[in-house]
Amino acid sequence: MAGLDEGAPLFVQIAGRLADEIADGGLAEGGQVPSTNELAAYYRINPATAAKGIAMLADDGLVEKRRGIGMFVAAGARARLLAERRKRFAERYVEPLVAEAGRLGIDTDGLVALIRESSNGQGGTTI
Amino acid sequence: MTPAISAAGLTRRYRGQLALDHVSLDIEPGSITGLLGRNGAGKTTFMRIVAGHEFASAGRVTVLGASPVENETVLRQMVFVREDQSYPDLRVRQVVQAASWFYPNWSHDLADALLGEFNLPLNRKVKKLSRGMRSAVGNVIGLAARAEVTLFDEPYAGLDPVSRQLFYDRLLAEYAEHPRTVLLSTHLIDEAAGLFERVVVIDRGRIVLNTAADDLRGAATSVSGPAIAVAEFTAGRPVWDRRRIATQESAVVAGTLDETDRARAAALHLHLEPLTLQQVVVQVAGAPAASPQERTSA
Repeated sequence: MAGLDEGAPLFVQIAGRLADEIADGGLAEGGQVPSTNELAAYYRINPATAAKGIAMLADDGLVEKRRGIGMFVAAGARARLLAERRKRFAERYVEPLVAEAGRLGIDTDGLVALIRESSNGQGGTTI
Repeated sequence: MTPAISAAGLTRRYRGQLALDHVSLDIEPGSITGLLGRNGAGKTTFMRIVAGHEFASAGRVTVLGASPVENETVLRQMVFVREDQSYPDLRVRQVVQAASWFYPNWSHDLADALLGEFNLPLNRKVKKLSRGMRSAVGNVIGLAARAEVTLFDEPYAGLDPVSRQLFYDRLLAEYAEHPRTVLLSTHLIDEAAGLFERVVVIDRGRIVLNTAADDLRGAATSVSGPAIAVAEFTAGRPVWDRRRIATQESAVVAGTLDETDRARAAALHLHLEPLTLQQVVVQVAGAPAASPQERTSA
């Protein structure tokens, strides 16, 4: 199993990995998704598990089947995934960040300063 | 759909001892099932009866819809690779050739490729091979037979990690291209976990777990941190195991955790870690299977 060790069922993790690749642009819209057997060989998992992962993305409309050829990334999939992530950004990152800062006695101004510092360090653009 | 393997009330007694105790189990065609359990749990006995190498004391088993006993049609569609298989006094090449005559779907190309990948000396007598190499011969036969029902009982005793990985990769590739029903028993559970669609756990001759492998991931979680916080978090939940050192505690909680649970655990500064398949099997297969050192240090 190539680095699949989180608690979620394997097929959910496979779907997650593929969704990440679509969101990052590694799998371009209209591009072909790796086949079940390719995924099974790469992640060293049962092909049925890989198929369930792809089916999950298909149910969400992120990938679509072209008969006899395989699965392809659907138009608009990337934008949809990014919109979803922006929506979840606050609850996944900001809320835990603020909570931990509170526990450590870092106030809001201090936190903002830290973010600015880290953003500059990474060569990030100012918000 | 007729199950590939079907056992009903299968019982096997050895001098009054129950090796199999009313085992009923259907294995669907076109799946890879992990048969797990401790030494002496009944895995090998079950496979031997399925393979027609041994009789049941009671109950019945069918393979591809028919009894496997003395049934050539069934036996030619079933390959059984067992730990420490003994072979007649023949060279590797001859053993593989003999197998190729028996199995109608035999792939010469695959056998040749595997013999090369496992670095097997074709002209050496099988009896002169190391334990690992003898296992490799079994793996070659088990895969190249392309038998509809493929039984592997601890197929890699003595095999090094590189060869085991080769076995897993080849098994998956073969299974993808030529689907068949695979039943694999192993003690190296986490290594093989990704292969399984279903997991069957036998303990003391009885089936204690028979479920989709996916359902076992996240089925139990190890919760660790300050003992007071662990106690608060685990209150009212089924706990499988609890260990404590000074003020720290680690508990195994059965059942899946949702987002609320996780948020609560984070607020309590608890560390959550899903149990691996191997850890789940240790929990369900009775007494701990860990080695003495591992247990005392825990």
